[in-house]
This record gives sequence, C-alpha cells and structure tokens, in this order.
Amino acid sequence: MTVSLYIPGDSAACSVGAQDVAHAIAHEAARRGANVKVIRNGSRGLYWLEPLIEVETAQGRLGYGPVEAGDVESLFDAGLLRGGAHRLSLGRVEDIPYLARQQRVTFARCGIIDPLSLADYEAHGGLSGLRVALARDPEGIVDEVTRSGLRGRGGAGFPTGIKWKTVLEAEAPQKYIVCNADEGDSGTFADRMLMEGDPFAVIEGMVIAGLAVGATMGFVYIRSEYPAAFAQIERAIAIARREHLLGTDVLGSGRRFEIEARLGAGAYICGEETSLLESLEGKRGQIRFKPPLPAVAGLFGRPTVVNNVVTLATVPFVMARGADAYRDLGIDRSRGTQPIQLSGNVRRGGLIECAFGLTLREIVEEFGGGAASGRPVRAVQVGGPLGAYWPQSLLDTSFDYEAFATRGGMIGHGGVVVFDDTVDLAAQAHFAFQFCAEESCGKCTPCRIGAVRGAETVAKIVAGDSARDNLVLVRDLCEVMRDGSLCALGGLTHMPVLSSLDHFPEDFEHRAKGAP
Amino acid sequence: MTAKRPDNIEFDADAVRELALSLTVQAGPLLPILHALQARFGYIDERAIPIVADVLNLSRAEVHGVVSFYHDFRRAPAGRHVMKVCRAEACQAMGCEGLVAALAKRGYAIGKTTADGSATLESVYCLGNCALSPAALIDGRLHGRLTAERVLQLLEQP
Repeated sequence: MTVSLYIPGDSAACSVGAQDVAHAIAHEAARRGANVKVIRNGSRGLYWLEPLIEVETAQGRLGYGPVEAGDVESLFDAGLLRGGAHRLSLGRVEDIPYLARQQRVTFARCGIIDPLSLADYEAHGGLSGLRVALARDPEGIVDEVTRSGLRGRGGAGFPTGIKWKTVLEAEAPQKYIVCNADEGDSGTFADRMLMEGDPFAVIEGMVIAGLAVGATMGFVYIRSEYPAAFAQIERAIAIARREHLLGTDVLGSGRRFEIEARLGAGAYICGEETSLLESLEGKRGQIRFKPPLPAVAGLFGRPTVVNNVVTLATVPFVMARGADAYRDLGIDRSRGTQPIQLSGNVRRGGLIECAFGLTLREIVEEFGGGAASGRPVRAVQVGGPLGAYWPQSLLDTSFDYEAFATRGGMIGHGGVVVFDDTVDLAAQAHFAFQFCAEESCGKCTPCRIGAVRGAETVAKIVAGDSARDNLVLVRDLCEVMRDGSLCALGGLTHMPVLSSLDHFPEDFEHRAKGAP
Repeated sequence: MTAKRPDNIEFDADAVRELALSLTVQAGPLLPILHALQARFGYIDERAIPIVADVLNLSRAEVHGVVSFYHDFRRAPAGRHVMKVCRAEACQAMGCEGLVAALAKRGYAIGKTTADGSATLESVYCLGNCALSPAALIDGRLHGRLTAERVLQLLEQP
C-alpha cells in the first residue's frame, strides 16, 4: 500500500532544511523498499515547527516536527509510515491548538493540498467560485464582492467591490487585472505562502475579477526577493493554460482570460500601486499623481484593478459561499478574516488566519508564547515598516482596522513583529527614517529630503547633540512628511517614529539629559 | 576584469541585441530585458545600455534611469556567491545586526565584494521568512535561523 507523506516545498520550510529532509526520506524509503508517495505541500504556517512533515493515516494527517535530515532514520524505525510515536510526534496536525483555534478561509487549502494539482485544488473547493461567477453578469459579481465587505488586504483596506465597480463602469477597449505580489512590508509573508502553497486560488481570483470588470488580461507583479514564489506562479499559470482555466475558453465558457507573471527588481516603493504600474510599463518605479485613479487610468492608461494577493485569493470563497458567509465573520467595519503574520522575537511565529477581533495580546502571548529569548516583550510593531511600535499597554487592542486607527496605528498587511526588552526604540526610529530614505522614489520633496534629514536629526538626538531642540524638530518634520508626501511611504514614516517617541520616550530622554 | 571571474560571461553586443529583441513582444519589456541581461552576464554592462535603448526606441537616459532606480541591477560583476542579508525589523529582533558584524570581522562586508571575488554581500529588506529569522538569500536560495557559522559554511563552499 502506498503511504502519502507531506513534506513542505514552501521556501521558508526549505530555508530550514525541508529539502534535505525530502532527500533523506526518499533515500530511506528506497533503502527499506517502502512504497511512499511524497507530496510537496505548502506550509501550514506553523513555522516554529518547520520542517513539519505529515503522514496520511486512518486517524488523519499526523505531524512530526521540527524534523532534521538526521532524524529520518529514527522516524522510519519508529514506524513513521503508520504514524508511529516518536519524540517529534505532534499528533493530528489540525488538532494543534495554534491551528485548531484559527478560521482558515483564504488559507483553507494552504499546506493541505498539492499546490500544483488542479484536481486536488478542485477536490478542496477550488473553482466552485469561478463557476458561480461564470453564471452571473458582471454587476452580480461586483455586488457579491461589495456585500461581502472584503477590503483590500494589501494594507490600505479599501473596499474591493467599490474599486471593481469603478473599473466595470469605465469604458475602454482594454482593461487589466493586476495582482500586487510585491509584498515588501517587513514582517509579512502571507502573499508568499499563498503563491507557493495555493497558487490556483490567486489565479482563480484574478479570472473572477476579470469577469467582473470586463478585463481579459492580468499581470502578477512579484517581488524579486521571492524567486520561489515567482517560479511556482509561473508553473501554476502553465498548468492553468493547459487545463483551460486560462486562455480563450475559460472552463469551456467561451470567455477569455490570460495572465503573465512579472518580476520586480528590488524596490519597496513598487508595492505602491501606481509605482507598480510604472514598473510594469518598464519605467522607474516612481509614483503617479492621483487622480486619475488606476481604476480609471491605470496600466498603459487603461482602467485597471490593482489588488493584493490575499484579496484576490479570498474572492473565490466569497463567490462560492456567498457574501454573507464572509460578512458574518469579523467585527464592526472589518468583515471577514485577516491573515496575521506573527514574527520577530517570538516563540511560535507563523500565519494566523482568524476573524477580525482577536486582541494583539492574544496574538503575541497565546499564539506566540511571548518572546523567543524568554525575556519580557517590550514592543510590538504592527503593519510593516511604516506601522507603529506599541508598548504592553496597547496590547489589548482588538485586531481590526478601526481599533488600530483610533489608537494611532494600522494593521496594514497584517504583520506583527515582536521585540523583547533589549530593543532600542531610538534606533528603530532612526531605522524608519533610513529605510524611507533608501526606498523613497524621489518624486516628492517631503519624503526625499525629509527622510534624510529625519535620520540625521535622530542620530543627533542619540548623540546628545541639542537633543531637546532636535526632538521638537523631528516632530515637526514628521508632520510635514505626513501632510506633504504624495504617497504612504513618506506619509506614514511618522508612525514608527512618533510611536517610538510617544510610547518609549525613555529611549530618547536619557540621551536628551546628556547621559551616555 | 570579467575574465578573472568564470561565472561572468564576456560582454557580447550581438547577444545583448538579440536578447533584447527576443523580449520586445511583451508589453513593457524593459524590466524583463534587464533581468535577462543580468541573468546572462551577471550584471548590466554600461555598453548594453545604448543597445537596449536603440532596440526599444528609448533614450539612453531613460534606460540608465531604470537601471539605476532598482536595487537589483548590478553595474559590475558580482562575486561567485551572492548573499542578500535581510536587515528588516523581524530579523533585527532576532539579531541580524550581530550576524552582519560577525561576518564583517571575517572579511565579508555589506555592499562589497571580497578581494578574491568569492562573495558579494548586500542588504535586503524582508525576504518573507520573518518567522524563521535571521534570514538571507544565498545564490537565490532562502535560508533561515541563520548563525554566522552557518553562513560562513555556505559562503566557503566552492
């Protein structure tokens, strides 16, 4: 009898040895004459357990992890293929509390299926959303997405249905769907996981978007820092063409949709939608003035839907199960689920998809288990490099768009980075300016010059050079950048800087008093 | 200079033109062309710029502007190993700066190619491996839970 073994092909799992484990298992199985079928699944997102391998048994999928290549022989000795007990045994993977507590909607298949098997995808609910969409008129699709309350998961949180409606109503001979896979926010990896672990969901979401707005061409713009995700999406596109999920006759409907994957070239700013469009056109990734919105004049001047990977991969669920099924999850104006990416100095880092409304403390302490170093957690940065640094006193904030906004933060793309008590928030504020200076596209003065001046001024404070005056100057500069910058890079750099100043003044003050 | 580094192929104007022409069927072909040139030659040679400009009917300034805008495009050959060390917040929280300092002590400095041409080190801001930090991309492969010992082992492979 053939036994199915799941060994993640996810690049993060491979970064800690999943590839070596796969080789060792193939070797050991051959040596023992065992009949094993290895499936290279995506990651379940339980990264502290990676490489996490699973064996299919009568009791379900039993996990072992973190496995090293050197453990493989003892695993076989312990009866791995029957789910035998071993010191690395994790039991049924879906019963692991970290996973059992989640509500996986967008990530329902990630880590479970063979990412490149369209049959597997379909067996786990894939393509049913597209089939529903093919039977509706464009207005019907847009209406369903609007009613679901789905908001852009790239960071801005703009209602997806409203964006689609604008593109649908625009008259043009050609419209485009652009999938923003330039996941540049540090501390985020949801897009990468989906592209590697469930690429057909991204493709299906793009096809549905095309049907909704009348676009026949799509681009996936993937950052070059994700070579494995780019390769996986290219493989999935080729399969989708062969199986008529893409092409001139989508699932036999006579409708047309084509997708091309494009590689970025190392520019954080290209995650900003207008920079991304410039880059796709082959230009410097400088942002465009808005208006016109990309929904009116986007790629090559045509009406364009630009949506994040997570947003597009969520659309098939909305179509398949209906707007209410999605809308019923979440709280207030934050509907549905949010894939939270927990990382940094934390014991159990990983992907947590839950309905909006968990508290930050539940995420950091209950899921994360506190700092990996065993020291107290001092600061948590939520929302990428432009997100605020928060102290313990704000950890009871509910994880949703509005609760974060009212406390001067943002959830952004859902990254949560944990720091222990060795963190120096003055250094983090300095880094925020440096990062902005490094990545500024240079189009507007507040961002281009302000970031450089900001880094210099924080350095002066740290050096004890007119620290009090310079603190006033930094606040003033933050205000200018916030109000005067053309896009979110310069416009949000105040967030990590001022939150550090406001919540951790002691990291600046002891210098202001002239202490070393 | 390139002859000393076997991994970097000698500049070839005809090959540049042919490569560029082969990609012009795509919409917005400049980035794909530059990626292809770098994959082939290891860097974007100054002499390639007027050729690409001619093929795409752009000015040399426009092509230069794009090459210089993006961090990925190299203007000179790189070392035999290329390591992109993540220095963003999650990796900072797990001590990437200590890793960078330890590597510098062993002669591997960020932004530099070692004198013997064995390795080029660059900073990168996020590789999406934040839950397994510190992370780096070495010769296009992602590595996590890195230590200085492990990095040295990888860089000192032939």
